[in-house]
Amino acid sequence: MSINKQIVTDMVNNGISFITTVPCKQLGGVIEEAENHPEIMHVPCNKEDEGMGLCAGAFMGGKRSAIIMQNTALGVTANALATLIQFYHIPLPMLISYRGELGEPVACQVEMALHTKALLAQMLIPTYHFHKREDAKELDKILKYTFMCNKPVAILTDATFWKGE
Amino acid sequence: MIRSEVLKSLIPVISDQFVVCNIGLPSQELHMLDDQPTNFYMLGTMGLSSSIGLGLALAQKQKIIAIDGDGSVLTNLGTLPTIANNVADNYILLIIDNGSYGSTGDQPTYAGKKTSLAKVAEACGCDNVIECKAEDTAQVMKDALASDRMTVIVCKCRSGNIPVPNITMDQVVIRDRFMKTLAAANG
Repeated sequence: MSINKQIVTDMVNNGISFITTVPCKQLGGVIEEAENHPEIMHVPCNKEDEGMGLCAGAFMGGKRSAIIMQNTALGVTANALATLIQFYHIPLPMLISYRGELGEPVACQVEMALHTKALLAQMLIPTYHFHKREDAKELDKILKYTFMCNKPVAILTDATFWKGE
Repeated sequence: MIRSEVLKSLIPVISDQFVVCNIGLPSQELHMLDDQPTNFYMLGTMGLSSSIGLGLALAQKQKIIAIDGDGSVLTNLGTLPTIANNVADNYILLIIDNGSYGSTGDQPTYAGKKTSLAKVAEACGCDNVIECKAEDTAQVMKDALASDRMTVIVCKCRSGNIPVPNITMDQVVIRDRFMKTLAAANG
């Protein structure tokens, strides 16, 4: 099974049926998998804080939701995370491409990579980092943990992970 | 009419409907006028009322009314293409457009100047956009609820505020009672 299929299968097996996305090169495959999965409603959003609003609504409407986005989005979602997702105790798995790590070709991406874990730590967001392919074996447990504690949870996925090195 | 008068006129129409209400004075006014378990009050996060409402509408069958303001829609303008391209016929977005940021002291918005949110919504692809006068809002809402079509209503009203108390209800209680009432309605 491809890594993209494995990730989406874990999501579906944990009851996730609503996914919103803002694309990133690294996430193209997993977004396509979500789009094509018959049990997932995929609603692309224009900005990640908007996506968090969609996810909060879908969750209140009875659908477990998730967001797929790039780490640069942490810069535009801090308020939505604090005052909507955390404040109202809404579970939200965030599958995040961790741009700016080893293998990154674009210098500017490094600037947000430097802040990524610090921002997540500052916001008390449980954070997991997938670097090797085998790290993804934890996804099922991470999703169960997210829906147990009703918090946003970050899953950082770097270039090495996506290349399968 | 100012926003609180528009909300008051809407109560007989929306009291038993599921409503997501915008941050600040709109939520406080709705809470003071007619607190219901079917109301979800946003206590923070300017701009996301329409997005929360759309997520709700797409996820289940009950009708969802999102009450938003012109300033909040301008903050989250990307919401309109998302709404247009993900049609939910159980969704009504009511933009109460008083041309000002009411909750922060009535500073003017661009919607009160050259920008028409109704035209923006149409340009974004929303099929059923109705701009109305404040005094016609209740009837337009009634018709929208009866139409079973996704509708964007832009209600043009005067700016101005009345004194209203803060909402002191715990936010998780607001969320929980809303979810339980919605789940019960969906059987």
